[in-house]
Amino acid sequence: MIEKVLKQEERISLALRSLYKTYGYQPYKMSKFEEYDLYVANKEFLVGDGVITFNDTDGKLLALKPDVTLSIIRNSADKAGKRKVYYDENVYRVSAKTKQFKEIRQVGLECIGAIDLYDEYETLTLAAGSLAAISENFVLDVSHLGVLSAVLDSVCTDKAFQRAAMGYLAEKNVHETEHLCDQFGVGADGKKTLLTLFTAYGEMNAVLDKIAPVCKGKAKAAYKKLQSLCKLLSSSNYADKIRLDFSVVNDMNYYSDVVFKGFIDGVAEGVLSGGRYDKMMARLGRNAGAIGFAVYLDLLDGFNEEKSATDVDVAVLYDAKTSLSQLTKTVEKLVKKGCSVSTQTAEGVVRAKETVDLRGCKR
Amino acid sequence: MINIALPKGRLGEKVYELFEKAGYECPSIKEKSRKLIFENEEKGVRYFWVKPSDVSIYVERGAADIGVCGKDILAEYSPEVYELLDMKTGICRLAVAAKKGFYDDGRHTLKVATKFVNCAKRYYAEKSRDIDIIHLNGSIEIAPILGLSDVIVDIVETGSTLKENDLEVIETIFPISARLIANKASFKFKTREIENLTEQVKILLDEKEL
Repeated sequence: MIEKVLKQEERISLALRSLYKTYGYQPYKMSKFEEYDLYVANKEFLVGDGVITFNDTDGKLLALKPDVTLSIIRNSADKAGKRKVYYDENVYRVSAKTKQFKEIRQVGLECIGAIDLYDEYETLTLAAGSLAAISENFVLDVSHLGVLSAVLDSVCTDKAFQRAAMGYLAEKNVHETEHLCDQFGVGADGKKTLLTLFTAYGEMNAVLDKIAPVCKGKAKAAYKKLQSLCKLLSSSNYADKIRLDFSVVNDMNYYSDVVFKGFIDGVAEGVLSGGRYDKMMARLGRNAGAIGFAVYLDLLDGFNEEKSATDVDVAVLYDAKTSLSQLTKTVEKLVKKGCSVSTQTAEGVVRAKETVDLRGCKR
Repeated sequence: MINIALPKGRLGEKVYELFEKAGYECPSIKEKSRKLIFENEEKGVRYFWVKPSDVSIYVERGAADIGVCGKDILAEYSPEVYELLDMKTGICRLAVAAKKGFYDDGRHTLKVATKFVNCAKRYYAEKSRDIDIIHLNGSIEIAPILGLSDVIVDIVETGSTLKENDLEVIETIFPISARLIANKASFKFKTREIENLTEQVKILLDEKEL
């Protein structure tokens, strides 16, 4: 019965929380409000602009949380080892599509501390596991900003070029990338290097082989890190679902190394997003690394849900003449049998599999 | 099955012909009817006609896996899609036009009438020019004639409409052509099909260029 009552997002939330708990992540409950200053100082880290603000009783400007990660970073102290937490929270943001505020339920985890290769592997397998809990048809695209920024630097160090190139990479836009290279006087070799990276996506080892020749100098060290991570991931249960795709980009002022995005077949947008954000930690004055991700449950609204032809099992109709004791007995009997019941005084208000008509029954 | 959103009108018909030549034909689309959706199961394609400015919405929201729309729409609405190919058709440009002889002395806020509010704002912000945007939905050319605006930001193909109204292009903002776009999630799960179609169309376009 409980299974029937749970909404899709509640079912998924339970499955995810249980998964994170198994790997030793602790629940993290935070306040709905946060000081506005925190968000203003790190505006670009937030997914969208727009924060709902209000004054507290002492005049302090507060905001309804538009993001969870910043609060977690702020509220965790620098300690030895790693702090591993998961959360299930509502955040409030302006939707990019409707340009209006929206309440978004977000489940995710963060691992803060001296992040190593194992932590990256564990986070990525938990991200894949989260997607698997939603549907077996999923893809987790992984990119590496270390590789990307080193390759971009080797091609052209102009910031305007790099900003535009990142935009075209996110669009898999080869033709505009070519124009951009021409515009900035990037030679044939540089163009080839960039396009090799931009057009490399798919199975991990195939992509690693393809990009190996363009990962020289500084990029080589980043490439090796990615290679080690892929080697570990290749032996995980989700190896065939994890792909390399450099079109997953995030702000390089906050993120570094591995970043990723998860897609579910049948949902038009990426439902999971995450990455390593050591640079964000440094900006907040923290002496630690961090990695995490969030699953956006609002995007799964209606996904895979069977549309029921009925609202209840039985509609019991009664009127002023109906004996109330007969009505209560009828309802109790049906409920005991495991039926859902709706008492009504008019027909057609609810869609029922069966109707019991007690109208006019005095006995 | 790949769902393809085509822009209604001349551009869409031209683009369909290209898809047809690339081996993705759907004969029923040429039959005279009021139907909007056409399917060829054997070729694995389903086409539908939508308003040109709506193509990116259908693709971004996943109702269509791929679609064809102008760069102007992509620049204006910045949808979260992949831009896979420049189809080198429907070529025109987004330009600033004004009454013949107009001179911007920079002493006043420039009144700009346009359908492309975001593009115009971005363009003038880069030039640090203070503007007053007037959002119009059509007949933009009339705005400077009636004194509603100093300039207009609009699509210019041959420039004959401007000429007839005694207007002229004073700056080009960016060139426009039709682009093949894809929904990001669809691309993950129909990679091979979408790649094949893109490749076939690209071969045809390259041949045409030669």
